[in-house]
Amino acid sequence: MTGFATLLRKEFLEQWRTLRLPVIGAVFFLIGLGSPLLARFTPELVKSLGGGQIQIVIPPPTTPDAVDQLIKNVSQFGILVAVLLAMGSVATEKERGTAALILTKPAGRGAFLVSKLVAIAGTLLIATVLAAAAAWFYTVVLFEALPVAGFAASAVLQWLGLVVFAAITFLGSTLTRSALAAAGIGVVALIVVGILSAFPSVAPYLPVGLGAPARALALGQPAGDIAGPLLANVGLIAAALGLSWLSFRRQEL
Amino acid sequence: MTVVAFGAAPAPATEPAITTRGLTKRFGSVIALDALDLDVPKGSIFGLLGPNGAGKTTTIRILTGLARATAGSAQVAGVDVADDRPEVRRRMGYLDQDPRFYGWMKGRELLELVGRLAGLRGEALRGRVAASLRRTGLGDAGERRIGTYSGGMRQRLGIAQAVLHEPELLILDEPVSSLDPEGRRDLLALIEGLRGSATVVVSTHVLADVERICDRVAILDRGRLVTEGPLADLLAAHARPMFELVPAPGQDAAAAALVERLRGAEWEKGVDVAAGTIRVTVTDAAAAAREILPLVVSSGVVLVSFEQARPTLEDVFLELVGPAAADEIDGRGFLRPREAGDR
Repeated sequence: MTGFATLLRKEFLEQWRTLRLPVIGAVFFLIGLGSPLLARFTPELVKSLGGGQIQIVIPPPTTPDAVDQLIKNVSQFGILVAVLLAMGSVATEKERGTAALILTKPAGRGAFLVSKLVAIAGTLLIATVLAAAAAWFYTVVLFEALPVAGFAASAVLQWLGLVVFAAITFLGSTLTRSALAAAGIGVVALIVVGILSAFPSVAPYLPVGLGAPARALALGQPAGDIAGPLLANVGLIAAALGLSWLSFRRQEL
Repeated sequence: MTVVAFGAAPAPATEPAITTRGLTKRFGSVIALDALDLDVPKGSIFGLLGPNGAGKTTTIRILTGLARATAGSAQVAGVDVADDRPEVRRRMGYLDQDPRFYGWMKGRELLELVGRLAGLRGEALRGRVAASLRRTGLGDAGERRIGTYSGGMRQRLGIAQAVLHEPELLILDEPVSSLDPEGRRDLLALIEGLRGSATVVVSTHVLADVERICDRVAILDRGRLVTEGPLADLLAAHARPMFELVPAPGQDAAAAALVERLRGAEWEKGVDVAAGTIRVTVTDAAAAAREILPLVVSSGVVLVSFEQARPTLEDVFLELVGPAAADEIDGRGFLRPREAGDR
């Protein structure tokens, strides 16, 4: 892992300087703010769209609606962001020749890869925390107070699910020299996960399976045994990173 | 192809900075490097020459860990490069023929990144970065984003990052390709300044630069080593004796008659006339030296200058690599730049 700290610093500087971190952070913050708002005012919006011509019966909004809205929005937008962040991380550096610049210096290939994935995960973590903080605040204002610890734990589970998609796309970025091909691998992973989630015995161990315990934790309810799903998702990330390294360590640049 | 040994250079007293043995690289059916055996002595300024596709860049890419050899071995400071050890790269500086950088980064930040990877910290790092920027003429551009740099400025930055940590081995792949005359002069001065304190390997298509700075050269052709050794010995061993005569202006008829008489001489191997200069290649330099001036006098030609031409590396290159290599040399004596994808 020679050079890891230096390369991680460079990766975060790049995330900041290329505006990825501030833009993604700001968008997630707005998603966090908007989710409870959407949950709170959707019934009124729908009623107003009806124009009084038709009778629409909508149950009054509740705190779980706000949490559901947040988890859905973070999941949908977050997966897209995770794929976008990871798709060019290695492939573009190989294509542009900057990977060769770094790897002719005293930097290990493992450090090169890990620093990139950690920086992507860090950006996603900051964004998810911002979304969670904003959502918690507006949920408290519009609905009721929720446990901070539970909300934070929920955010960590949502983040972990996003990092799995980032890691799989990252593997694609390492295997190919094309960011688009890497994105394709990320999208295929998303489809495969969608298919596998139809199997009840497998679904809890997939990134999407983290949604249910994340919801429970945010609402201050028991999340059940989440050790297995946690380990499975961490294992997926580790496997993607390991395969990336196995491929990258022998690649010509 | 036979490797031509020349000179009586003593064996290096210490282990070579670079050693390759049977180094081979294939791209499918194409052999880019064919069992290359090479020793680069420590402290030498070593020129790596050859026409396009000779295997120079492939050799350098293997030495720097960017490519893997198909067979054979390459060692830098006694360590096999296949081990891919960062410690080896800590002792090495490398400038790519087309250096690429992060466009969002400032020049100073790039050098700080490279310096940190090399283990420099604090005041030592800041001092080296500032000195390197000044030394390469980028003192005023350090706070600018690299994306705004010209090609020449990127080349200078490439040089700055290669020498920042004062490596004991510096590998430069066509380092003057994007430099203006001033930048080229500065770079050559910088390389000359490293003589004795570092080993420098230079792959370049500017033969005049090789003659000026290198003390040893290797010529590759189609992936194989044609010759290797001290430059002076190479010139002495391979250059054909030549004489240059410059007649005073306004003697066209007399000069033409002189050319005809020179072409009839026993020792004559070739006579070329270009830009008012008569260039005579001879088989027996001693005989020619005795007889040329009497021929000039008897032809009634007044000369502005007469000298035994110093054989050039270009002559040697053409002799060793063959007539096909003539197409690789432009009118300035430069090997033509490689095409994209050339290895």
